[in-house]
Amino acid sequence: MRPVYLDNNATTRVDPEVVAAMLPFFTEQFGNASSMHAFGAEVGGALLRARRQLQALLGAEFDHEIVYTSCGTESDNTAILSALETQGGRNEVITSTVEHPAILQLCAWLEKSRAVKVHKIGVDARGRLDIDAYRKALGPRTAIASIMWANNETGTIFPVEQLAEMAHEAGALFHTDAVQAVGKIPMDLKSSEIDLLSLSGHKLHAPKGVGALYVRRGVRLRPMLRGGHQERGRRAGTENAPSIIALGRAAELAMAHMEEENTRIPALRDRLEKGLLQRIGNSMVTGDPENRLPNTTNIAFEYIEGEGILLLLNRAGIACSSGSACTSGSLEPSHVLRAMNIPYTAAHGAIRFSFSRDNTDEDVDRVLEVMPGVVEQLRSLSPFWKSGGQAASQFAPTYA
Amino acid sequence: MWDYTDKVKEYFFNPKNAGVLEEANGVGEVGAIACGDALRLMLKVDPHTEMITDARFQTFGCGSAIASSSALTEMVIGRTLDEALKITNQDIADYLGGLPPEKMHCSVMGYEALRAAVANYRGETWSDDHEDGALICKCFGADEGMIERAIRINKLTSVEQVTHFTKAAGSCGTCVEAIEGVLLRTNASMVEAGELDAGLAFNPNAVAAPVRRAHKTSPLAGPPKHMTTLQKIRIIEQAIEEMRPFLRADGGDCELVDVEGDRVIVRLVGACVGCQMASVTVNGIQERLIAKLGHPLRVIPAPAGH
Repeated sequence: MRPVYLDNNATTRVDPEVVAAMLPFFTEQFGNASSMHAFGAEVGGALLRARRQLQALLGAEFDHEIVYTSCGTESDNTAILSALETQGGRNEVITSTVEHPAILQLCAWLEKSRAVKVHKIGVDARGRLDIDAYRKALGPRTAIASIMWANNETGTIFPVEQLAEMAHEAGALFHTDAVQAVGKIPMDLKSSEIDLLSLSGHKLHAPKGVGALYVRRGVRLRPMLRGGHQERGRRAGTENAPSIIALGRAAELAMAHMEEENTRIPALRDRLEKGLLQRIGNSMVTGDPENRLPNTTNIAFEYIEGEGILLLLNRAGIACSSGSACTSGSLEPSHVLRAMNIPYTAAHGAIRFSFSRDNTDEDVDRVLEVMPGVVEQLRSLSPFWKSGGQAASQFAPTYA
Repeated sequence: MWDYTDKVKEYFFNPKNAGVLEEANGVGEVGAIACGDALRLMLKVDPHTEMITDARFQTFGCGSAIASSSALTEMVIGRTLDEALKITNQDIADYLGGLPPEKMHCSVMGYEALRAAVANYRGETWSDDHEDGALICKCFGADEGMIERAIRINKLTSVEQVTHFTKAAGSCGTCVEAIEGVLLRTNASMVEAGELDAGLAFNPNAVAAPVRRAHKTSPLAGPPKHMTTLQKIRIIEQAIEEMRPFLRADGGDCELVDVEGDRVIVRLVGACVGCQMASVTVNGIQERLIAKLGHPLRVIPAPAGH
């Protein structure tokens, strides 16, 4: 039976057309774009074409606003470190409690080692940013505000255009980690005030190991990697030509599939969501259903633990992920669900299903068929579960 | 994906003795839903023989928590209470062919539930145990008694290990110092009782210090003024002499063969020959020489027959 892959927020399958586009750049057009001969010139031209493809997907005004990097994490780190250098006299960063570790771990380090003041803005039970707290945190000391475009676990979309305008009123730069949003929802950066945006290739059917940082024209950027003049001196290191060309082609395909991404895919997602909630009691959707990525749903199944769910689903050939503690090696459930104050009875059993254009109706049918049995099996083992839908409250551990 | 043994997978996918044991006369409950795992262990004990004739479990938790609980029921059925109490968390892990280090707390949960269930059967108040030790980790409800038992049984000597086995300090981390206190005290009494090598015991000072051999002089100090080759060789020989007791303790030795500019050729002999740690030894000698001479050089082991 064909395995069901519903973990596209973790990574996507590289589109075969993307692979076809990149292959010649390994063995035929293998030149270094910086070289003064035909080998180099061929690659240089292809890199420019890729840049324009990505520019179109983002709705950027100029192709040179795209700086290629090795991954989303590099883009995030570059943006924030650069802002702290270029925004003289400003030593504060604003971000949210639900960012990716690429932002949160960097901020924790900046706080500890560079005495940077970091404001982490909280979210409500649906994962929506506390806008008042954000406004209050902005000030003459703010170097940069960095808020993700969409959350990786719940799919909740943040109003980044407005947040960028608010940051500019305070004279701060605005960065958004758009790794989960690029390719899934339409963007038009030239009509926004967003200064910096991170994206990652492997989330949109390009290979792993390539990403980009959008830098609005006029925004100063201090490179994190110093060396050659590549990317106009903003990111040294020989261009990863095959992957960059792949990312360009993937961007073009994402444009072509944008309508499908916002019609067929959310329909699949919604059918799965409704079907699971109907079939399985004591389950709930987390996040903001009104402002959500079209491909993501995060459903919490009460009184069971996520790792068991994933192991049983995996045995049935279904791949998805969980925000549970046990799968990550940490001992606490996901920081995103905790920030949203999802009750512990549910947070440990939260499962994320994330779709892509590779998914079909049959995939949804399979999950709807398998999932009720998986949940039932684990609930039958759980001391907190009493059949009939009522949770056992008699469980009285000696210490808790 | 965790690297679970086939046995763990088998006990997770097809758990034995799951569910409620209606005629249980000893029930132990540990953990909480907030902590991410909880176990209710139910025992049926024959009052005449104190033999555990049946056991069942209900577990909320990850794959290894369910497998550990199920394994535990298999291990206790047919044993007397006193025999069962000899089972340690390590025995549970061994029964399953081992658990990933981060998952050892699942086996500890089983161990604790067993003690609680036996206490319940005997009409003892298990929480007595709890009261004589303060609650150390508020996030995961780990008290001093539980942490101390885990340290003793598993010979734990670092805070990280304690976290893997008990989850204590796995969240906010504010109890790290309290755990260090328990480690220090418990390890010291283990050393005294001859259960633990003094060199392995938890040493709070070693935690903060970078793991590096002590240098008599800083490797970054400037080089001494011009040195003749003879002076250099003397210093090198002296350095090797200082290392020798350590090498000999392991049945090996090291001889200086030649000095060619910045290349120091040595020959490893005895147990050092063919030892997998030989490159570590060579690096150790090199580091020591750099510290003494104050400039970079390479120590090269002589090929056989040099």
